[in-house]
Amino acid sequence: MSLALKALKKSPWVFHVNTGACNNCDIEILDCLTPRFDVERFGIVLVGSIRHADVLLISGPVTKNCLPRLKRLYEQAPKPIKVIAFGACGCKCGIFRDGYNTVGPVDKYIPVDAYIPGCPPKPETIIAGVVKVLGTL
Amino acid sequence: MNIAKYLLNYLIFPGFVFSAIVGLLTTWVDRKVTARVQWRMGPPWYQPFADTVKLLGKEVVVPAGARRTGFLLMPLVGLAAATLASTMLWLINLNPETSFIGDTIVLVYIMTIPAISMILGASASANPLGILGASREMKLLFAYELPLVVAVLTSVYKAGSFSLESILAHQAQEGIMLGSISGVISFIVILLCAQAKLTFVPFDIPEAETELAGGSHIEYSGAALAVVRLNMALMFFVLPIFIITLFWGGIAFTGWRILTSILKYVAIVVIFVLIKNTNPRVRIDQAVRFFWGPMFILSVVAMILAVLGL
Repeated sequence: MSLALKALKKSPWVFHVNTGACNNCDIEILDCLTPRFDVERFGIVLVGSIRHADVLLISGPVTKNCLPRLKRLYEQAPKPIKVIAFGACGCKCGIFRDGYNTVGPVDKYIPVDAYIPGCPPKPETIIAGVVKVLGTL
Repeated sequence: MNIAKYLLNYLIFPGFVFSAIVGLLTTWVDRKVTARVQWRMGPPWYQPFADTVKLLGKEVVVPAGARRTGFLLMPLVGLAAATLASTMLWLINLNPETSFIGDTIVLVYIMTIPAISMILGASASANPLGILGASREMKLLFAYELPLVVAVLTSVYKAGSFSLESILAHQAQEGIMLGSISGVISFIVILLCAQAKLTFVPFDIPEAETELAGGSHIEYSGAALAVVRLNMALMFFVLPIFIITLFWGGIAFTGWRILTSILKYVAIVVIFVLIKNTNPRVRIDQAVRFFWGPMFILSVVAMILAVLGL
């Protein structure tokens, strides 16, 4: 394993994008940063710009309006980038499956490396998902 | 022979390698203390090194419409300037003979170059948020330079010379600058100016993670972002040393003074981090008013007290 890859495992920076979720998943993501779970212990931080990201965390089904933005975000990200589909909606559209504006789950449009199911997923589940995605490196 | 020695100084010992390692460790102290303030565990000590190595291994994206040369060159210019400032300060502290008349002025100039290079780099990035960050950084630069220079001049006036060697000698003979009222006032002023120079909260207006999403370094990725962050780490290393040299008797590597030097350095770093963690971000107009109003008046009062001999 190369040194850069080893370092990547120690400091995955996460860019979080909401493509039409109900916001509950986003609250759970913030839970991971609180003193109880504190994912910064493992070098995980939320970053503000996609150019700084190593992991693209997508919550929510893809809506018609979000689709071009999602594709563009994936293209803008510096490679290697890992994609995580987050929550029941991110994995399989969840309760928005029959929505008039839903165009399908995330993996229909961009390659997804890990799925974290749940509505919303618990912080423990999130950490387990991150461990899995780092294992695929 | 001399050139080889100076090159070695610049690249290895007090220069790039040494400053980068200590600077990155300082950013770890920053993150750890921040975490403890927020009742968290915080990252392990090697975290900044892991971040840097990871960034060096990632793809560098140059956005369409950006000026490639300016965008990629500017962080390196800033890094070179920060390294030069660090080398000069350490050489003067370790071996006062390398000091020359006016090195205080040269250092004040060199330490503005990282900020200017960030302004130019962000302007070349063709990103509206980046350009907004650059404009704010420029206003902030104008705001804090004025009280900073007057605070530096207080120390210079008391020593009676523009060379850091005589400032250090003055402090060795007649006690540190912090022992007098004017010294304490200028010390407070220069601490707050350094806070703005490092673009830490409450003066992180150019970066403003929550509104500008990284502002002046929003478009940097991969190795270029590593250089930008290294640049900030180096400035975080240089500024406390500069303040210690001017007001707190300098640093040395002999006997007991090793311990006191490290303690002084860590104390100033922790003051920065505590200010950072207990204050909200101010607006750019509030920052300019703060520096040109109360801070400038305080620094002038310190100057007058110094002239009166207090």
